[in-house]
Amino acid sequence: MHIRMKIWRQESGQDTGKMLDYELADVNPDMSFLEMLDMLNEQLLEQGQRAIEFDHDCREGICGQCGMMINGRAHGPLKNTTTCQLHMRSFRDGDTIYIEPFRATAFPVKCDLKIDRSAFDRVIQAGGYISVNTGQAPEANSIPIGHPVAEAAFDAAACIGCGACVAVCKNSSAVLFTSAKVTHLVLLPQGEVEAQERVRHMVDQMDAEGFGHCSNTEACEAECPQQISVLHIARMNWEYNKAQLLKK
Amino acid sequence: MGQWKQKTLTRKNWMAFTGLFLCFFLVIHLLGNLQLMLPDEKAHLQFNAYSHLLSGNIIIKIISWVLYASIIAHVIYAVIITLTNKRSREVKYHYDKRGEVSKWYTRNMGLLGTIIFIFLVIHFRDFWYVYKFGSLPLDEQGHKDLYKLVVAVYSETWYVLVYVLCMVALCYHLLHGFFSAARTLGVYHPRYVQWIRVFGWIYSVGICAGFAWIPVYVHFLK
Ligand code: HEM
Ligand code: SF4
Ligand code: FES
Repeated sequence: MHIRMKIWRQESGQDTGKMLDYELADVNPDMSFLEMLDMLNEQLLEQGQRAIEFDHDCREGICGQCGMMINGRAHGPLKNTTTCQLHMRSFRDGDTIYIEPFRATAFPVKCDLKIDRSAFDRVIQAGGYISVNTGQAPEANSIPIGHPVAEAAFDAAACIGCGACVAVCKNSSAVLFTSAKVTHLVLLPQGEVEAQERVRHMVDQMDAEGFGHCSNTEACEAECPQQISVLHIARMNWEYNKAQLLKK
Repeated sequence: MGQWKQKTLTRKNWMAFTGLFLCFFLVIHLLGNLQLMLPDEKAHLQFNAYSHLLSGNIIIKIISWVLYASIIAHVIYAVIITLTNKRSREVKYHYDKRGEVSKWYTRNMGLLGTIIFIFLVIHFRDFWYVYKFGSLPLDEQGHKDLYKLVVAVYSETWYVLVYVLCMVALCYHLLHGFFSAARTLGVYHPRYVQWIRVFGWIYSVGICAGFAWIPVYVHFLK
Protein backbone atom coordinates (compact mmCIF):
# COMPACT_ATOMS: atom_id res chain seq x y z
CA MET A 1 0.00 0.00 0.00
CA HIS A 2 0.96 3.59 -0.59
CA ILE A 3 -0.03 5.88 2.26
CA ARG A 4 -0.03 9.67 2.57
CA MET A 5 -0.10 11.22 6.04
CA LYS A 6 -0.57 14.58 7.69
CA ILE A 7 1.02 14.37 11.11
CA TRP A 8 1.15 16.84 14.00
CA ARG A 9 4.75 17.87 14.70
CA GLN A 10 5.64 19.84 17.81
CA GLU A 11 9.16 20.13 19.25
CA SER A 12 8.14 20.68 22.85
CA GLY A 13 5.37 21.91 25.13
CA GLN A 14 6.33 25.52 24.37
CA ASP A 15 6.34 25.11 20.60
CA THR A 16 3.10 25.89 18.73
CA GLY A 17 3.35 22.93 16.35
CA LYS A 18 1.83 22.24 12.91
CA MET A 19 0.61 19.51 10.58
CA LEU A 20 3.27 18.21 8.17
CA ASP A 21 2.95 15.94 5.11
CA TYR A 22 4.57 12.49 4.90
CA GLU A 23 4.46 9.66 2.42
CA LEU A 24 5.23 5.97 2.80
CA ALA A 25 5.40 3.28 0.10
CA ASP A 26 5.18 -0.52 0.37
CA VAL A 27 3.10 -0.61 3.53
CA ASN A 28 1.97 -4.14 4.35
CA PRO A 29 -1.80 -4.24 5.04
CA ASP A 30 -1.20 -6.64 7.93
CA MET A 31 1.05 -4.20 9.76
CA SER A 32 -0.33 -2.63 12.87
CA PHE A 33 -0.70 1.14 12.78
CA LEU A 34 2.26 1.52 15.14
CA GLU A 35 4.45 -0.70 12.95
CA MET A 36 3.61 1.57 10.05
CA LEU A 37 4.74 4.56 12.15
CA ASP A 38 7.95 2.66 13.05
CA MET A 39 8.58 2.18 9.34
CA LEU A 40 8.00 5.87 8.69
CA ASN A 41 10.41 6.75 11.52
CA GLU A 42 13.13 4.53 10.02
CA GLN A 43 12.68 6.33 6.74
CA LEU A 44 12.93 9.70 8.52
CA LEU A 45 16.07 8.68 10.40
CA GLU A 46 17.72 7.52 7.18
CA GLN A 47 16.98 10.95 5.74
CA GLY A 48 18.53 12.54 8.84
CA GLN A 49 15.25 13.93 10.17
CA ARG A 50 13.86 13.84 13.69
CA ALA A 51 11.70 10.78 14.34
CA ILE A 52 8.02 11.23 15.18
CA GLU A 53 7.50 10.67 18.90
CA PHE A 54 4.51 8.67 20.03
CA ASP A 55 3.61 6.71 23.15
CA HIS A 56 3.33 2.93 23.18
CA ASP A 57 4.28 0.09 25.44
CA CYS A 58 2.55 -3.29 25.36
CA ARG A 59 1.35 -3.27 21.76
CA GLU A 60 -1.29 -5.78 22.74
CA GLY A 61 -4.12 -3.50 23.77
CA ILE A 62 -3.69 -3.61 27.54
CA CYS A 63 -1.51 -0.70 28.64
CA GLY A 64 -3.45 2.25 27.19
CA GLN A 65 -0.34 4.17 26.12
CA CYS A 66 -0.85 4.34 22.38
CA GLY A 67 -3.55 7.02 22.27
CA MET A 68 -3.71 9.31 19.23
CA MET A 69 -6.34 10.79 16.94
CA ILE A 70 -6.41 9.04 13.57
CA ASN A 71 -8.60 10.54 10.85
CA GLY A 72 -10.47 12.54 13.46
CA ARG A 73 -11.35 9.55 15.65
CA ALA A 74 -9.78 8.42 18.92
CA HIS A 75 -7.61 5.37 18.12
CA GLY A 76 -8.74 5.45 14.50
CA PRO A 77 -11.80 4.36 12.55
CA LEU A 78 -12.69 1.22 14.53
CA LYS A 79 -14.80 1.46 17.66
CA ASN A 80 -13.49 0.06 20.95
CA THR A 81 -9.95 -0.53 19.68
CA THR A 82 -6.54 0.77 20.72
CA THR A 83 -4.14 2.14 18.09
CA CYS A 84 -1.80 -0.84 18.45
CA GLN A 85 -4.69 -3.17 17.61
CA LEU A 86 -5.59 -1.18 14.50
CA HIS A 87 -4.16 -2.58 11.27
CA MET A 88 -3.38 -0.99 7.95
CA ARG A 89 -6.02 -3.17 6.28
CA SER A 90 -8.56 -0.77 7.79
CA PHE A 91 -7.27 1.82 5.29
CA ARG A 92 -7.16 1.88 1.51
CA ASP A 93 -4.25 2.21 -0.86
CA GLY A 94 -3.59 5.90 -1.56
CA ASP A 95 -5.45 7.14 1.54
CA THR A 96 -4.43 10.33 3.30
CA ILE A 97 -4.40 9.75 7.06
CA TYR A 98 -4.54 12.59 9.58
CA ILE A 99 -2.67 11.86 12.81
CA GLU A 100 -2.90 14.18 15.82
CA PRO A 101 -2.33 13.89 19.54
CA PHE A 102 -5.28 13.53 21.94
CA ARG A 103 -6.36 17.08 22.71
CA ALA A 104 -7.48 18.42 26.08
CA THR A 105 -6.27 21.31 28.20
CA ALA A 106 -5.64 18.76 30.96
CA PHE A 107 -3.46 16.66 28.59
CA PRO A 108 -0.73 19.06 27.37
CA VAL A 109 1.26 17.91 24.34
CA LYS A 110 4.87 17.09 25.25
CA CYS A 111 6.22 16.31 21.80
CA ASP A 112 4.55 15.40 18.47
CA LEU A 113 1.90 12.79 19.37
CA LYS A 114 3.02 12.36 22.97
CA ILE A 115 0.85 13.90 25.68
CA ASP A 116 1.14 14.29 29.43
CA ARG A 117 -1.63 12.16 30.96
CA SER A 118 -0.54 12.61 34.57
CA ALA A 119 -3.82 14.42 35.29
CA PHE A 120 -5.34 10.91 35.37
CA ASP A 121 -2.75 9.81 37.91
CA ARG A 122 -3.64 12.72 40.17
CA VAL A 123 -7.34 11.85 39.93
CA ILE A 124 -6.50 8.31 41.05
CA GLN A 125 -4.21 9.60 43.81
CA ALA A 126 -7.10 11.70 45.12
CA GLY A 127 -9.10 8.62 46.09
CA GLY A 128 -8.80 5.68 43.71
CA TYR A 129 -7.47 3.33 46.37
CA ILE A 130 -8.39 1.63 49.65
CA SER A 131 -6.53 2.46 52.84
CA VAL A 132 -5.42 -0.84 54.34
CA ASN A 133 -2.10 -1.99 55.67
CA THR A 134 -0.64 -4.43 53.23
CA GLY A 135 1.05 -7.47 54.65
CA GLN A 136 0.60 -11.16 54.02
CA ALA A 137 -1.73 -11.92 51.13
CA PRO A 138 -5.10 -12.39 52.87
CA GLU A 139 -7.14 -15.57 52.59
CA ALA A 140 -9.08 -15.14 49.34
CA ASN A 141 -12.39 -16.39 50.74
CA SER A 142 -12.42 -14.50 54.02
CA ILE A 143 -14.67 -11.80 52.52
CA PRO A 144 -17.41 -13.48 50.49
CA ILE A 145 -18.31 -11.52 47.32
CA GLY A 146 -21.03 -12.76 45.00
CA HIS A 147 -19.98 -13.68 41.50
CA PRO A 148 -22.14 -11.04 39.71
CA VAL A 149 -20.76 -8.31 41.99
CA ALA A 150 -17.17 -9.44 41.42
CA GLU A 151 -17.79 -9.47 37.67
CA ALA A 152 -19.37 -5.99 37.71
CA ALA A 153 -16.46 -4.60 39.74
CA PHE A 154 -14.04 -6.23 37.35
CA ASP A 155 -15.79 -4.74 34.32
CA ALA A 156 -15.25 -1.29 35.84
CA ALA A 157 -11.67 -2.10 36.82
CA ALA A 158 -10.86 -2.95 33.20
CA CYS A 159 -10.22 0.73 32.35
CA ILE A 160 -6.66 1.07 31.05
CA GLY A 161 -6.43 4.86 31.46
CA CYS A 162 -5.84 5.49 27.78
CA GLY A 163 -7.65 8.84 27.69
CA ALA A 164 -9.72 8.11 24.55
CA CYS A 165 -12.87 9.04 26.47
CA VAL A 166 -11.47 12.52 27.12
CA ALA A 167 -10.14 12.88 23.57
CA VAL A 168 -13.44 12.03 21.92
CA CYS A 169 -15.62 14.04 24.33
CA LYS A 170 -16.74 17.41 22.97
CA ASN A 171 -16.20 18.78 26.51
CA SER A 172 -12.97 16.89 27.27
CA SER A 173 -14.75 15.39 30.24
CA ALA A 174 -13.03 12.69 32.30
CA VAL A 175 -16.16 11.26 33.89
CA LEU A 176 -15.99 7.85 32.20
CA PHE A 177 -12.48 7.27 33.54
CA THR A 178 -13.25 8.63 37.02
CA SER A 179 -16.57 6.83 37.29
CA ALA A 180 -15.00 3.51 36.32
CA LYS A 181 -12.70 3.72 39.34
CA VAL A 182 -15.41 5.02 41.68
CA THR A 183 -17.76 2.18 40.68
CA HIS A 184 -15.07 -0.48 40.77
CA LEU A 185 -14.32 0.31 44.40
CA VAL A 186 -17.80 1.11 45.68
CA LEU A 187 -19.10 -2.28 44.55
CA LEU A 188 -16.67 -4.12 46.81
CA PRO A 189 -16.86 -4.30 50.61
CA GLN A 190 -13.25 -3.12 50.93
CA GLY A 191 -13.98 -0.03 48.89
CA GLU A 192 -17.34 0.83 50.40
CA VAL A 193 -15.76 2.07 53.63
CA GLU A 194 -14.28 5.18 52.03
CA ALA A 195 -16.91 5.55 49.30
CA GLN A 196 -18.04 9.05 50.24
CA GLU A 197 -14.67 10.73 50.63
CA ARG A 198 -13.41 8.92 47.56
CA VAL A 199 -16.05 10.18 45.16
CA ARG A 200 -15.86 13.74 46.50
CA HIS A 201 -12.08 13.93 46.32
CA MET A 202 -11.85 12.34 42.89
CA VAL A 203 -14.50 14.66 41.44
CA ASP A 204 -12.76 17.67 43.03
CA GLN A 205 -9.47 16.63 41.46
CA MET A 206 -11.10 15.97 38.10
CA ASP A 207 -12.46 19.53 38.15
CA ALA A 208 -9.15 20.99 39.34
CA GLU A 209 -7.35 19.39 36.39
CA GLY A 210 -9.57 21.33 33.99
CA PHE A 211 -11.67 18.54 32.48
CA GLY A 212 -15.13 19.63 31.26
CA HIS A 213 -18.70 18.70 32.21
CA CYS A 214 -20.41 15.56 31.01
CA SER A 215 -23.17 16.19 28.44
CA ASN A 216 -24.09 12.50 28.26
CA THR A 217 -23.41 12.25 24.52
CA GLU A 218 -22.03 8.73 25.12
CA ALA A 219 -19.25 9.13 22.56
CA CYS A 220 -16.82 7.91 25.24
CA GLU A 221 -18.37 4.47 25.51
CA ALA A 222 -18.31 4.07 21.73
CA GLU A 223 -14.56 4.74 21.56
CA CYS A 224 -13.42 3.16 24.84
CA PRO A 225 -11.19 0.16 24.05
CA GLN A 226 -12.47 -1.55 27.19
CA GLN A 227 -16.13 -0.74 26.49
CA ILE A 228 -16.53 0.80 29.92
CA SER A 229 -20.27 1.43 30.19
CA VAL A 230 -21.69 4.94 30.54
CA LEU A 231 -23.90 3.54 33.30
CA HIS A 232 -20.82 3.90 35.50
CA ILE A 233 -21.20 7.65 35.04
CA ALA A 234 -24.75 7.45 36.37
CA ARG A 235 -23.45 5.37 39.28
CA MET A 236 -20.79 7.97 40.07
CA ASN A 237 -23.38 10.77 39.94
CA TRP A 238 -25.54 8.76 42.34
CA GLU A 239 -22.64 8.15 44.72
CA TYR A 240 -21.59 11.79 44.50
CA ASN A 241 -25.06 13.13 45.21
CA LYS A 242 -25.42 10.71 48.11
CA ALA A 243 -22.05 11.76 49.51
CA GLN A 244 -22.94 15.46 49.23
CA LEU A 245 -26.28 14.94 51.00
CA LEU A 246 -24.80 12.87 53.82
CA LYS A 247 -21.68 15.01 54.24
CA LYS A 248 -21.07 15.97 57.87
CA MET B 1 -9.53 25.93 43.63
CA GLY B 2 -11.68 28.22 45.76
CA GLN B 3 -14.40 26.80 47.99
CA TRP B 4 -16.95 29.08 46.35
CA LYS B 5 -16.47 27.43 43.01
CA GLN B 6 -19.22 24.94 42.27
CA LYS B 7 -18.31 21.41 41.24
CA THR B 8 -19.10 20.28 37.70
CA LEU B 9 -21.49 17.64 39.01
CA THR B 10 -23.34 20.16 41.20
CA ARG B 11 -23.86 22.48 38.25
CA LYS B 12 -25.21 19.62 36.21
CA ASN B 13 -27.62 18.78 39.04
CA TRP B 14 -29.07 22.27 38.87
CA MET B 15 -29.28 21.98 35.11
CA ALA B 16 -31.23 18.75 35.55
CA PHE B 17 -33.55 20.04 38.32
CA THR B 18 -34.44 23.20 36.43
CA GLY B 19 -34.77 21.29 33.14
CA LEU B 20 -37.07 18.69 34.70
CA PHE B 21 -39.20 21.39 36.29
CA LEU B 22 -39.59 22.96 32.87
CA CYS B 23 -40.54 19.53 31.51
CA PHE B 24 -43.23 19.27 34.20
CA PHE B 25 -44.47 22.76 33.43
CA LEU B 26 -44.77 21.96 29.72
CA VAL B 27 -47.34 19.25 30.57
CA ILE B 28 -49.58 21.70 32.46
CA HIS B 29 -49.14 24.34 29.80
CA LEU B 30 -50.10 21.90 27.03
CA LEU B 31 -53.20 20.71 28.91
CA GLY B 32 -54.29 24.33 29.24
CA ASN B 33 -53.69 25.06 25.56
CA LEU B 34 -55.65 22.02 24.45
CA GLN B 35 -58.80 23.92 25.45
CA LEU B 36 -58.24 25.98 22.30
CA MET B 37 -59.23 22.90 20.30
CA LEU B 38 -62.78 22.85 21.74
CA PRO B 39 -65.66 23.97 19.48
CA ASP B 40 -65.39 27.71 18.75
CA GLU B 41 -67.83 29.27 21.25
CA LYS B 42 -66.90 26.93 24.08
CA ALA B 43 -63.18 27.35 23.47
CA HIS B 44 -63.53 31.12 23.49
CA LEU B 45 -65.16 31.46 26.92
CA GLN B 46 -63.47 28.51 28.60
CA PHE B 47 -59.95 29.50 27.54
CA ASN B 48 -60.42 33.06 28.81
CA ALA B 49 -61.97 31.85 32.07
CA TYR B 50 -59.07 29.43 32.53
CA SER B 51 -56.50 32.18 31.93
CA HIS B 52 -58.32 34.38 34.41
CA LEU B 53 -58.38 31.58 36.99
CA LEU B 54 -54.62 31.08 36.66
CA SER B 55 -53.74 34.72 37.11
CA GLY B 56 -55.57 34.90 40.45
CA ASN B 57 -54.48 31.64 42.11
CA ILE B 58 -51.72 31.81 44.77
CA ILE B 59 -50.44 28.28 44.04
CA ILE B 60 -50.18 29.18 40.36
CA LYS B 61 -48.35 32.37 41.40
CA ILE B 62 -45.77 30.32 43.29
CA ILE B 63 -45.38 27.90 40.40
CA SER B 64 -44.92 30.79 38.01
CA TRP B 65 -42.14 32.28 40.16
CA VAL B 66 -40.41 28.92 40.28
CA LEU B 67 -40.86 28.80 36.51
CA TYR B 68 -39.20 32.19 35.92
CA ALA B 69 -36.37 31.24 38.28
CA SER B 70 -35.93 27.89 36.54
CA ILE B 71 -35.70 29.44 33.09
CA ILE B 72 -33.16 32.01 34.28
CA ALA B 73 -31.08 29.49 36.24
CA HIS B 74 -31.19 26.95 33.39
CA VAL B 75 -29.91 29.53 30.93
CA ILE B 76 -27.23 30.87 33.30
CA TYR B 77 -25.96 27.36 34.02
CA ALA B 78 -26.08 26.55 30.31
CA VAL B 79 -23.76 29.50 29.67
CA ILE B 80 -21.39 28.66 32.56
CA ILE B 81 -21.20 25.01 31.53
CA THR B 82 -20.62 25.83 27.88
CA LEU B 83 -17.83 28.29 28.72
CA THR B 84 -16.08 25.81 31.04
CA ASN B 85 -16.32 23.14 28.36
CA LYS B 86 -14.77 25.47 25.79
CA ARG B 87 -11.80 26.08 28.09
CA SER B 88 -11.23 22.36 28.55
CA ARG B 89 -9.88 22.04 25.00
CA GLU B 90 -7.89 25.08 23.91
CA VAL B 91 -6.28 23.58 20.79
CA LYS B 92 -8.86 22.10 18.43
CA TYR B 93 -8.47 19.05 16.20
CA HIS B 94 -7.46 19.80 12.61
CA TYR B 95 -9.44 16.91 11.26
CA ASP B 96 -12.46 15.99 13.34
CA LYS B 97 -14.78 13.05 12.74
CA ARG B 98 -15.82 12.51 16.34
CA GLY B 99 -19.39 13.24 15.35
CA GLU B 100 -19.60 9.71 13.97
CA VAL B 101 -19.90 8.21 17.44
CA SER B 102 -22.64 10.35 19.00
CA LYS B 103 -25.98 11.83 17.99
CA TRP B 104 -25.95 15.40 16.65
CA TYR B 105 -28.59 16.71 19.02
CA THR B 106 -26.73 15.48 22.10
CA ARG B 107 -23.79 17.64 21.02
CA ASN B 108 -25.87 20.72 20.24
CA MET B 109 -28.00 21.23 23.33
CA GLY B 110 -26.71 24.81 23.58
CA LEU B 111 -27.76 25.62 20.02
CA LEU B 112 -31.18 23.99 20.47
CA GLY B 113 -31.53 25.80 23.80
CA THR B 114 -30.71 29.13 22.17
CA ILE B 115 -33.48 28.58 19.60
CA ILE B 116 -35.86 27.78 22.46
CA PHE B 117 -34.69 30.88 24.31
CA ILE B 118 -35.39 33.15 21.35
CA PHE B 119 -38.77 31.47 21.01
CA LEU B 120 -39.48 32.13 24.69
CA VAL B 121 -38.68 35.83 24.31
CA ILE B 122 -41.11 36.13 21.39
CA HIS B 123 -43.69 34.02 23.19
CA PHE B 124 -43.53 36.08 26.39
CA ARG B 125 -43.73 39.33 24.43
CA ASP B 126 -46.75 38.31 22.35
CA PHE B 127 -48.87 36.63 25.01
CA TRP B 128 -47.55 36.88 28.57
CA TYR B 129 -46.67 40.58 28.38
CA VAL B 130 -49.83 41.58 26.55
CA TYR B 131 -51.99 39.62 28.99
CA LYS B 132 -50.28 40.98 32.10
CA PHE B 133 -49.47 44.54 31.13
CA GLY B 134 -51.24 45.29 27.84
CA SER B 135 -54.84 46.39 27.44
CA LEU B 136 -56.94 43.52 26.14
CA PRO B 137 -60.68 43.89 25.41
CA LEU B 138 -63.00 41.90 27.71
CA ASP B 139 -65.19 39.01 26.61
CA GLU B 140 -68.90 38.68 27.52
CA GLN B 141 -68.03 37.18 30.92
CA GLY B 142 -65.76 40.09 31.70
CA HIS B 143 -62.49 38.17 31.31
CA LYS B 144 -59.57 39.51 29.27
CA ASP B 145 -59.98 38.16 25.75
CA LEU B 146 -56.76 36.18 25.32
CA TYR B 147 -58.52 33.79 22.96
CA LYS B 148 -59.07 36.48 20.29
CA LEU B 149 -55.42 37.48 20.58
CA VAL B 150 -54.26 33.88 20.09
CA VAL B 151 -56.44 33.39 17.03
CA ALA B 152 -55.25 36.70 15.57
CA VAL B 153 -51.56 35.89 16.11
CA TYR B 154 -51.87 32.36 14.70
CA SER B 155 -53.57 33.65 11.56
CA GLU B 156 -50.10 34.79 10.39
CA THR B 157 -48.56 32.02 8.31
CA TRP B 158 -44.93 32.90 9.05
CA TYR B 159 -45.67 32.92 12.78
CA VAL B 160 -47.12 29.41 12.68
CA LEU B 161 -44.14 28.25 10.63
CA VAL B 162 -41.61 29.65 13.11
CA TYR B 163 -43.63 28.20 15.98
CA VAL B 164 -43.61 24.70 14.49
CA LEU B 165 -39.87 24.86 13.75
CA CYS B 166 -39.17 25.91 17.34
CA MET B 167 -41.19 22.93 18.55
CA VAL B 168 -38.94 20.68 16.47
CA ALA B 169 -35.93 22.23 18.24
CA LEU B 170 -37.66 21.73 21.59
CA CYS B 171 -38.38 18.12 20.70
CA TYR B 172 -34.71 17.36 20.07
CA HIS B 173 -33.71 19.27 23.22
CA LEU B 174 -36.12 17.14 25.26
CA LEU B 175 -35.22 13.92 23.49
CA HIS B 176 -31.73 14.24 24.93
CA GLY B 177 -32.55 16.45 27.92
CA PHE B 178 -35.03 14.24 29.70
CA PHE B 179 -32.84 11.18 29.48
CA SER B 180 -29.69 13.16 30.29
CA ALA B 181 -31.26 14.66 33.40
CA ALA B 182 -32.04 11.19 34.74
CA ARG B 183 -28.42 10.18 34.19
CA THR B 184 -27.12 13.36 35.80
CA LEU B 185 -29.25 12.64 38.86
CA GLY B 186 -27.82 9.13 39.03
CA VAL B 187 -30.28 6.58 37.61
CA TYR B 188 -27.90 3.73 36.92
CA HIS B 189 -29.99 0.57 36.99
CA PRO B 190 -30.15 -0.72 33.37
CA ARG B 191 -33.85 -1.58 33.53
CA TYR B 192 -34.93 1.86 34.73
CA VAL B 193 -32.55 3.54 32.28
CA GLN B 194 -34.36 1.69 29.49
CA TRP B 195 -37.77 2.74 30.82
CA ILE B 196 -36.64 6.35 31.01
CA ARG B 197 -35.40 6.25 27.43
CA VAL B 198 -38.76 4.98 26.19
CA PHE B 199 -40.77 7.31 28.42
CA GLY B 200 -38.57 10.27 27.44
CA TRP B 201 -39.13 9.53 23.80
CA ILE B 202 -42.90 9.32 24.15
CA TYR B 203 -42.94 12.42 26.36
CA SER B 204 -40.82 14.55 24.00
CA VAL B 205 -42.66 13.63 20.83
CA GLY B 206 -46.05 13.83 22.54
CA ILE B 207 -45.47 17.25 24.08
CA CYS B 208 -43.94 18.83 21.01
CA ALA B 209 -46.45 17.35 18.56
CA GLY B 210 -49.24 18.63 20.83
CA PHE B 211 -47.79 22.16 21.01
CA ALA B 212 -47.07 22.27 17.28
CA TRP B 213 -50.53 21.00 16.33
CA ILE B 214 -52.43 23.79 18.11
CA PRO B 215 -51.29 26.81 16.04
CA VAL B 216 -51.66 24.78 12.84
CA TYR B 217 -55.21 23.87 13.82
CA VAL B 218 -56.08 27.42 14.85
CA HIS B 219 -54.54 28.81 11.66
CA PHE B 220 -56.53 26.65 9.29
CA LEU B 221 -59.75 25.96 11.17
CA LYS B 222 -60.53 29.08 13.23
C1 HEM C 1 -38.81 24.66 27.79
C2 HEM C 1 -37.58 24.86 27.85
C3 HEM C 1 -36.49 23.89 28.25
C4 HEM C 1 -36.57 22.62 28.78
C5 HEM C 1 -37.81 21.82 29.13
C6 HEM C 1 -35.21 22.16 28.97
C7 HEM C 1 -34.86 20.93 29.50
C8 HEM C 1 -33.58 20.49 29.65
C9 HEM C 1 -33.19 19.28 30.29
C10 HEM C 1 -34.12 18.29 30.99
C11 HEM C 1 -31.83 19.17 30.20
C12 HEM C 1 -30.96 18.03 30.71
C13 HEM C 1 -30.13 18.38 31.89
C14 HEM C 1 -28.98 17.42 32.09
O1 HEM C 1 -28.29 17.08 31.13
O2 HEM C 1 -28.75 17.01 33.21
C15 HEM C 1 -31.37 20.31 29.48
C16 HEM C 1 -30.04 20.52 29.14
C17 HEM C 1 -29.58 21.67 28.53
N1 HEM C 1 -30.32 22.80 28.26
FE1 HEM C 1 -32.32 22.96 28.40
N2 HEM C 1 -34.34 23.12 28.55
C18 HEM C 1 -35.08 24.19 28.12
C19 HEM C 1 -34.60 25.41 27.65
C20 HEM C 1 -33.27 25.71 27.48
C21 HEM C 1 -32.76 26.99 27.09
C22 HEM C 1 -33.60 28.23 26.85
C23 HEM C 1 -31.39 26.85 27.00
C24 HEM C 1 -30.30 27.84 26.65
C25 HEM C 1 -30.33 29.01 26.27
C26 HEM C 1 -31.06 25.50 27.32
C27 HEM C 1 -29.79 24.99 27.30
C28 HEM C 1 -29.45 23.72 27.69
C29 HEM C 1 -28.14 23.15 27.57
C30 HEM C 1 -26.89 23.82 27.01
C31 HEM C 1 -28.23 21.85 28.10
C32 HEM C 1 -27.14 20.81 28.11
C33 HEM C 1 -26.23 20.88 29.27
C34 HEM C 1 -25.13 19.88 29.09
O3 HEM C 1 -24.53 19.80 28.01
O4 HEM C 1 -24.85 19.16 30.00
N3 HEM C 1 -32.21 24.82 27.62
N4 HEM C 1 -32.43 21.12 29.16
S1 SF4 D 1 -12.71 4.65 30.41
FE1 SF4 D 1 -12.10 3.60 28.50
S2 SF4 D 1 -11.49 5.26 27.12
FE2 SF4 D 1 -11.50 6.13 29.18
S3 SF4 D 1 -9.42 5.90 29.96
FE3 SF4 D 1 -10.54 4.06 30.63
S4 SF4 D 1 -10.18 2.55 29.01
FE4 SF4 D 1 -9.61 4.54 28.14
S1 FES E 1 0.53 -0.02 23.19
FE1 FES E 1 -0.41 -0.81 25.00
S2 FES E 1 -2.52 -0.56 24.52
FE2 FES E 1 -1.57 0.02 22.64
